[in-house]
Amino acid sequence: MALSRSNWRSTAEVIVIPIAALFVALVLFGIFCAFLGKNPFAIYGAIYKTAFGNWRSFQGTLLRAAPLMLTSLCTALPARLGLMIIGNEGALVMGGIGATIAGLLLSYGSLLPSPDQVQNLLGLPPLSVQLGMALGGIVFGGIWIAIVGALRHYRAVNETISSLLMNYIAIAFLNHLVEGPMKDPASLNKPSSFPIPEAYRLGNIDSTRIHYGLIYGIIACLIAYFLIQHTTFGFAARTAGGNVKAARIAGLPVGKLTVIICFLAGSCAGLAGMVEVAAVQGQANASLVAGYGYAGILVAFVARYNPLAAIVVATLLGGIINSGGALQRSFNMPDATVLVFQGLVFLVVLYSESLYGRLKIFKEPEVKATPPAASTAVPV
Amino acid sequence: MAAEALGWWGVPLGILAGTLRGSAPFLFVSLGECLTEKSGKINLGLEGTLLTGAMSAYAVSYLLQDKVGSALSPWIGVLVAGCAGMVLGFIHAWLSQQPKVNDIAVGIAMIIFGSGIAFFFGKPFIQPQAPQLPTIDLGGWSSIPAIQSALKISPLFILGVLIAPLMFWFFKSTRWGLFVRAVGDSPDAALAMGVSIPKVRMLCIIAGSFLAGIGGACLSLYYPGLWSESISSGQGLMAVALVIFARWNPIQCLWASLFFGGAQAIGPALQSVGIEQGRYLFNATPYILTLLIMVITCSPKKTLSGAPGALGTISG
Repeated sequence: MALSRSNWRSTAEVIVIPIAALFVALVLFGIFCAFLGKNPFAIYGAIYKTAFGNWRSFQGTLLRAAPLMLTSLCTALPARLGLMIIGNEGALVMGGIGATIAGLLLSYGSLLPSPDQVQNLLGLPPLSVQLGMALGGIVFGGIWIAIVGALRHYRAVNETISSLLMNYIAIAFLNHLVEGPMKDPASLNKPSSFPIPEAYRLGNIDSTRIHYGLIYGIIACLIAYFLIQHTTFGFAARTAGGNVKAARIAGLPVGKLTVIICFLAGSCAGLAGMVEVAAVQGQANASLVAGYGYAGILVAFVARYNPLAAIVVATLLGGIINSGGALQRSFNMPDATVLVFQGLVFLVVLYSESLYGRLKIFKEPEVKATPPAASTAVPV
Repeated sequence: MAAEALGWWGVPLGILAGTLRGSAPFLFVSLGECLTEKSGKINLGLEGTLLTGAMSAYAVSYLLQDKVGSALSPWIGVLVAGCAGMVLGFIHAWLSQQPKVNDIAVGIAMIIFGSGIAFFFGKPFIQPQAPQLPTIDLGGWSSIPAIQSALKISPLFILGVLIAPLMFWFFKSTRWGLFVRAVGDSPDAALAMGVSIPKVRMLCIIAGSFLAGIGGACLSLYYPGLWSESISSGQGLMAVALVIFARWNPIQCLWASLFFGGAQAIGPALQSVGIEQGRYLFNATPYILTLLIMVITCSPKKTLSGAPGALGTISG
């Protein structure tokens, strides 16, 4: 998104339209609140205060932003190929399962450790166990979405619907594991796997509540951005996304590209699952299904599939999710309020999609034909 | 259910009962999706519509029971559910026909928005018991209570069974049906016929969402007959796959719905005779089945027979 004299208008368009869309969504949500007899300004104030008001509350926002950054890549990367994948939640769940399996095997040597094994850990260095868990998350989540990509390429199965169905399959699989083969008998009310030992979990960045998952998220977004914008691989993917026939004629291996991109996408969401297990829950259970996958789709959309913008958008949305609890407590509003707000944002952002290239102020003066900025070249 | 008394016979009976009960929402939502897709648009948001329909039907039935009596209030609930569906359908229809806007993306947004609205306004109705729709008892000939309770059929189910051939006839033999097919198959031909594509799609999506809203009412006012946030569990999404399975044919939507309702009943039926192992995996049956069907029926070589030509194209 390099700023040069020739394309500043289209750059402005890419920045102004999403911000205006968010603003319109805020106004609509305000009308919704006013309609229910709540003071919208008091609600905005509370959202701002609990999300970004001070360092302590901002930490809570960043906590929630971390998995969103990772799950948004699950939609954003395949979008470069023209694929619309919404299996983020399932890939997150599978990643959580993979991380738990790796974590238990590396620390106890068994998925169902006996009391004896619990006492005597294998004693691997924490970093290697954490890397093992990350690998487990990456492989499980990656394969999950790679299946979607392979089905798309080799059987022409609609990737949106198959990935959606696989969300439900992954959740059922998780429930099966924590109720049966992997159940810790001590977890009565909330069936869970055995816990990962404290020493092997992802710790907090010093003296904050923020865990290292945030670093994972930011690094993944940076790598994804570099991969898409500055490598031949990314160029090939964007070419195939622009025109499959042209890509085939140019000799690009479209099938391989599809499967690899889908694997990378799934592995990012899988990593989010690993972070949830290794830093937040400490074990696999139904709490993994917290809606971060679906919210990640929204992040990818608002960021227009740009991994750098996803960092910013994930932080904004993390703030909104973070403020949900406060709305519930101080305004006596149901927890679904945040869902209504997300839905409104999503709808308005989609509408704003149709405004690109239609507004006069962003039109380049007719001097010479300039190629559009790279970040706007995404077909939707 | 008293299926335990029947021993292993309880399993097929349980599946039959579950099929008759559980297929009604599938039927309405898939007929709605069929009508929508025939006009060339996909509405993934029917999941949100189903939830909103279920919530509004339940809420209206509960709130009106003292004013109009508990025999009439559920029927008003059904009507309101359909109208709530129409409102969501209107949003989808308007937004998905804007330039450069992808109808699948709008669908996902409508899932979030619709379920948000349903959960938001449905919060107070999770506890109270609303008056239910009456059932038609077809099991009077049997002295076994399990069979009697299995054959309690909802009038909505019968209505759905009647709508299927009606819709088939509508597509095949009416002028309006021809317009819908033309818009979905070949928008250019429709333009040449002087048909307004946006208007036809708008009407089809709204009517389809009306049916999906009624499908939601089947859930909350008949079976399982309560309102909770997990009530639809993806049935609105499965409708999309179900329509593919049914090859965009309303009659086959009926068979497909019965099939899916049956698949959904396998888990609980086995549970009733004490098979607990892997019950969560059984709950995944409909999704796995849908995926398998799509893998088998799709092919990179050709488009599916019966698929509307303009389906899945952005500008189409």
